[in-house]
Amino acid sequence: MTVDLIFNTLSQFFSGFGIDGPLLLIAMLLPCALLFGFITIYALVVIYTELKVSSFIQDKVGPMGQGVGLHAGKWGLLQPIADALKLLSKEDIIPSSANSPLFILAPFMIFVGAFISFVALPFSSSIIISDLNIGIFYILGVGSIAVISLILAGWASNNKWSLYGGMRSAAQIVSYEIPAGISLVVVVMLAGTLNMQEIIHYQKGGISNWILFDNPFVPIAFVIYFISALAETNRTPFDLPESESELVAGFVTEYSGMRYAFFFLSEYANMFVVSAVAATGFLGGWQSPFDGYLDSPFWGVFWMMSKTAFLIFIMIWIRWTVPRLRVDQLMNVCWKVFLPIGLFNIFGVAIWTIMRG
Amino acid sequence: MGIIHGEEMVLNIGPQHPATHGVLRLQVRTDGEVVSQITPYLGYLHRCFEKHCENVTYEQVIPFTDRCDYLASMTNNFGYVVAMEDLMEIKVNDRVEHIRVIMAELQRIASHLLGLGAFGLDIGAFTPFLHMLRDRERILDIFEMTCGARLLYNYMWVGGVSHDLPVGFVESTYRFLDYFEPKIDEFVNLLVHNKIFVERTADIGVMPPEVAINYGVGGPNLRASGLKWDLRRDDTYSIYNKFEFDIPVGEGGKGTVGDCWDRFYVRVLEMKESIKIVRQALASLPKDGDVHQSLPKKIRPPKGSIYSRTESPRGDLGYYIESDGTNIPYRLKMRSPAFTALSVIDEIAAGWLLSDVLAILGSLDIVLGEIDR
Repeated sequence: MTVDLIFNTLSQFFSGFGIDGPLLLIAMLLPCALLFGFITIYALVVIYTELKVSSFIQDKVGPMGQGVGLHAGKWGLLQPIADALKLLSKEDIIPSSANSPLFILAPFMIFVGAFISFVALPFSSSIIISDLNIGIFYILGVGSIAVISLILAGWASNNKWSLYGGMRSAAQIVSYEIPAGISLVVVVMLAGTLNMQEIIHYQKGGISNWILFDNPFVPIAFVIYFISALAETNRTPFDLPESESELVAGFVTEYSGMRYAFFFLSEYANMFVVSAVAATGFLGGWQSPFDGYLDSPFWGVFWMMSKTAFLIFIMIWIRWTVPRLRVDQLMNVCWKVFLPIGLFNIFGVAIWTIMRG
Repeated sequence: MGIIHGEEMVLNIGPQHPATHGVLRLQVRTDGEVVSQITPYLGYLHRCFEKHCENVTYEQVIPFTDRCDYLASMTNNFGYVVAMEDLMEIKVNDRVEHIRVIMAELQRIASHLLGLGAFGLDIGAFTPFLHMLRDRERILDIFEMTCGARLLYNYMWVGGVSHDLPVGFVESTYRFLDYFEPKIDEFVNLLVHNKIFVERTADIGVMPPEVAINYGVGGPNLRASGLKWDLRRDDTYSIYNKFEFDIPVGEGGKGTVGDCWDRFYVRVLEMKESIKIVRQALASLPKDGDVHQSLPKKIRPPKGSIYSRTESPRGDLGYYIESDGTNIPYRLKMRSPAFTALSVIDEIAAGWLLSDVLAILGSLDIVLGEIDR
C-alpha cells in the first residue's frame, strides 16, 4: 500500500523519464529504511523503559544523571545510546572452533525474521508497508524464521551451553506457535479475513466492538495468545533458551559486540511484533476506543502505538516479577493446557457465532 | 523422560558460571536435560586457612575466620571465640554475651537474606534478590556503625568484642526490626507462594532425614528434612538458653518434607525466630559492663585441645584447636557446614533435570569461601 503510494507520488514527479524500474526500487527501499530507523529508535526507547521499569519494581533508581551533561544524562536518558555505542565498538570475536559462516549468519537471520514481520503491521489506516491479504498468516509464518537462526547460533557456536539454548528454543518456539496460531484463528473466524487492515475495520465503532469483548471465549484466546507470545519471544517466565543462571547465556553465550546486539534487537523487535498483532487482533488496532472521537489517521498511529506499548509494558512487568519455568513444565503448559483449551475455544466461538446468527 | 536414552555428555558447570555461587566446578553427566551424575570439584578458592593458622597468633586467626564464610563473618568469629574461651576458661560478662548474640542473629538474618535471594536468582526470580539485598544493606549499616566494617568484621575477640555498642545502636536495631518484620511477609507473598516458584521447588531434590544425618548435614538443610536439631538449643553455648525461640522444621508445606521448598521456607521462618531473639536480647541488654573486661593480656592457652561447635547460618560450624602451650595454634581445623551440604548434592540431585540441579544447589545455600577455606 505504502509502496504503491510512494511509487505513484514519485512517478508524478518524474513522469516521462522512463525510469519506472529504479523508482519502484526506491519506493520499496524507502519504507524499509524508515522501518529500520523505527526499529532502532524503538529498541532504544524500550531498552530504557525496561531499565526504568525494572528499577521501579526492584526499588532502585536505575540509570540516572549526576548533573548537567554528566554520566547518563538527565534521568539516564543517554543510557541506551551508551549501551548501543558500547556494543558497536566492541571487538568482534568469533571462537576459533566455531563454524564461522553459520556463526555469522545466525544473527542476521534472526534479525531478518523479526524485520520482515514489520512489513505487514498496520500502523494506521494508511500506514502499512504491504497490506497483504494473508497478513496475519504471513506474520505467523515469518516469525518461525527465528527458530532456524536460534538453532544455527546454538550449533555453530560449538559450545555446550549454546547447544542447550538452541535446542530448548527450538522445542519451545515450535510448540508455542501452535497455541498462538489457534488463538488467532478465533480472531480470523470472527473477522472473516486474514487481512490485517480488514480485521481492524471489523472492530470499528469503539471499545465495545473490539474482538476482545466480542464474546466470553475471546478473552481466553487473548490470554493464551499473550502467554504464547511471551514464550515465542523468549521472555520470562519462558526465557529458558538464554536463562542466565542455568545456561550462562544460552544460544548467545559466544556472541559479543554487534552480533550480540542483533540478537538483542531482534528480541525487542519480536516483542513489538507480537504485541502489535495482539493489538490488531484483539484490541482494535489503530481504531480509537471512543466511537467517532480522535479517529484521524494521526490518532490511529497514536492508538496503535499506545496499545502495543501497553502490552510491551506488561511483558516487562511480568519479566521482573516471576521466576522461570522448567523445560518439561513449559512443554506441559503448552501441550496439556493451552492446546486443549485453545481448541475448545474455537468450538466455543464457532457455536457462539452460529447461535448469534 | 527417562524412556529414550541418548548419548551421555559431560558438562562442566563452572568454575565461571552464574549459578555456582562463587568458584565451584560441578562436573555433570547429562543425557539431554537429565543429569545422571554430579561431581563437585573444589579448591578454586583455597587459601590455606588452616595452614596459615599454624603460623599466626591466636588473635590473628580471627580475621581469617572472617574470610571463610564471608557472608556470615560474625558467626564465624563467634564460633572461634567460643572455642578459645572454652579452652582458656575465660568467662565474659553479660553485656558481651548479649552483644554477641545480637550480632550473630542479625548476621543470620543477613546471611539468610542473601542465601534466599540467590536461590531465587537461580530459578530466574531477579526482583526478590534485589529486595533482599536492599534489606540486608540495613543490617550491614548496623554492623558498620558498630565496628566500621560491612563484610569482614573482626568484631568478636577472645574475651570480648572489639568495640562497645555505639550510641543509638539499640534504637536503630529496633527500627530495623520494625521495618523488616512486615517485609518477610512481602517476600513470602512474592516468592514463596508463587505458583511457578512452587512448581520449581516442591518435591524437587528431596533430602530424607537419614541421608542428611549420614552425610552430616546440619543447620537449616537438616531442619528442612524434618529434624528439630539446633545447636543453639541442643548444645547450647553463650546465653542462648536464656531466650525463647522456636526451631522451625520442614513440614512439606507444598510437597515432600525435605524438598527445595522446605529448605527455602525454613530459612524464612528462621529469620522470624532470629528477630525474636534479637528483640529479647535488646530488651535484656545490660546497661553497663566493659566489653574489654576479660580480654587476656596475652593469649597463651594451656596445652590441650578442644572441639567446639556453634550454629552458623549454614549449620554446624566446628573448630578443633590443638594447643601446645605457645601463642600459636599447633593445629586448627574447621568443620565447614557448607562442605557437608555440598557433599550431599550427588545423592539428592542425580536424576533430576539440569535446571533442578542448579535449583537444588541454590537451596543448599553454600558459600565457597567456607568450603575451600
